[in-house]
Amino acid sequence: MLELKQEENQLVAMLSGEIDHHRAREIRETIDFAVREQLPPIVILDFRNVTFMDSSGIGLIMGRAHLLEETGGTLEVHHPSAQIRKVMRLSGADRFAVIRNQ
Amino acid sequence: MHTLNELKCTFPARSENERFARTMVCAFAAQLDPTVEELADLRTAVSEAVTNCIVHGYRDSGDGTVAVTVRLLPQHMIYVRISDKGCGIEDIGQAMQPLWSSAPEEERAGLGFTVMQSFTDSLTVRSRSGCGTTVIMRKKIQQGAAHDGG
Repeated sequence: MLELKQEENQLVAMLSGEIDHHRAREIRETIDFAVREQLPPIVILDFRNVTFMDSSGIGLIMGRAHLLEETGGTLEVHHPSAQIRKVMRLSGADRFAVIRNQ
Repeated sequence: MHTLNELKCTFPARSENERFARTMVCAFAAQLDPTVEELADLRTAVSEAVTNCIVHGYRDSGDGTVAVTVRLLPQHMIYVRISDKGCGIEDIGQAMQPLWSSAPEEERAGLGFTVMQSFTDSLTVRSRSGCGTTVIMRKKIQQGAAHDGG
């Protein structure tokens, strides 16, 4: 459900399935533990295998952006689906993270 | 308005039921042959409403019951009523402000009502402090749109 990959100067979180309030807590605790331990310059949230996300996912993105502000890293959101981009647009989440589709 | 079909369901206000609730409503709405986007909008709006009942209505206690009614109305209209008997909302105007949340420590983005409003055709919220909250959403399904260009 969540796979973390530590690469040279970045931490990649491969998310999958449906992200809602029920799952968000465990995901954020796992990512935050790794970020505080490794202090990666770049954290990538990869959404390619995420099939659904509600505003709990926006909280997840905004919360990680704030944490990285603290640790001096930057946040990237990769491969969000059309549904996820629509939820992100409502929140202006592009102000919190670099969004990449390639 | 004349109801063509109806589904009623209650379940404990536990977070593992959020997925079940939105899936159930979408399975009911599938009889109208909605587009992928219409179904995704409905799924997201229902998820927000049910999560609000669990997180805010019952303060994430795991106690209490959430009630969902889905109706098929004439002219391809889906009606969804989601209610709790929890703590209620003191100030609905404030709660509906984008980015306002009564539970920021839980990383609630404060976007629940904004999503419900944007992803459906109408949203009505009734609440009484100490008695609970009822959300009614209506979404029109564009009949035949799924087959356009096919």
